[in-house]
Amino acid sequence: MIFVFFLILLMLIAAIAASIFKDLTSAVIAAALVSLIASVLFYFLQAPDVAMAEAAIGAALTTAIFIIAIRRTKRYEE
Amino acid sequence: MRRIISILLLVIVTFGISLSLAKIPFGVPKTKVGKRYISEGVKETGATNIVTSVVVNYRAFDTLGEVTVLFIAAIGLGVVLSTSRKKAMREVTPASLILSTGCRVLFPLILVFGTYIFIHGHLTPGGGFQGGAIIASAYLLIYLGCRERRINAKVSMSLESLGGLLFVVVGLIGLAIDGYFLTNFLPKGTPNLLFSAGVIPIIYIAIGFKVGSELTGIIDNLIEES
Repeated sequence: MIFVFFLILLMLIAAIAASIFKDLTSAVIAAALVSLIASVLFYFLQAPDVAMAEAAIGAALTTAIFIIAIRRTKRYEE
Repeated sequence: MRRIISILLLVIVTFGISLSLAKIPFGVPKTKVGKRYISEGVKETGATNIVTSVVVNYRAFDTLGEVTVLFIAAIGLGVVLSTSRKKAMREVTPASLILSTGCRVLFPLILVFGTYIFIHGHLTPGGGFQGGAIIASAYLLIYLGCRERRINAKVSMSLESLGGLLFVVVGLIGLAIDGYFLTNFLPKGTPNLLFSAGVIPIIYIAIGFKVGSELTGIIDNLIEES
């Protein structure tokens, strides 16, 4: 139970960090961390199907697409 | 003045929403259909994974819509990116030894795992969407580790079309035999065996191929473009 609270706290910190980072690559990595922790939490909530989809799509593919987009545009936000 | 009014409005709306949410009992089943899926799902569909029995049997038509949405998104991305496609091959810097070796070792394992996920969709957690996404992430690893390799776009597009076609054809056969689109016309078999649950494994294999080649195509389009 303590572990789940710790995960939720980490997820909140990562979500806030993703929104305030000026370096967009760091922000994307923080958003990927949110997805990864969300998939672990889905597993604890006994929804392994959703956890699998969240880990594969949210943490891997979305991050890759965001990073490709950043490489085409600018890395730092003014 | 405007700020005070907007804050006041926000407080009133929040109060109203929380009042109406407080009336809804939390954690209590509000419909009977969920209970029926849990108690009768294995008997009626033959799939031991109840999520799969809902996604591919009871609500298979919704899944067809979902697959169509993904298809349209992939097509739209291809159309948008193809207008500015540069045909000239760029110089690619080869990946480091660690990355390319890791890619060669891990790629077949991830591919087999993704295939396992969608073939066993009716027995264990997972299914066509999850397996397809895992397969697409294996191809993402190829783009990171073995940069000189490219997927064959024609093969991936034909696999995608064949997957969608198989899904619709299975539905139409059900319509011809039992009178309902996407009905489970094959024998259910014994639960917990690989060859059971009628058309569910066939549909999930079609979805797995379709989603995997679609997401791979999206990544391929984006990387070729950048």
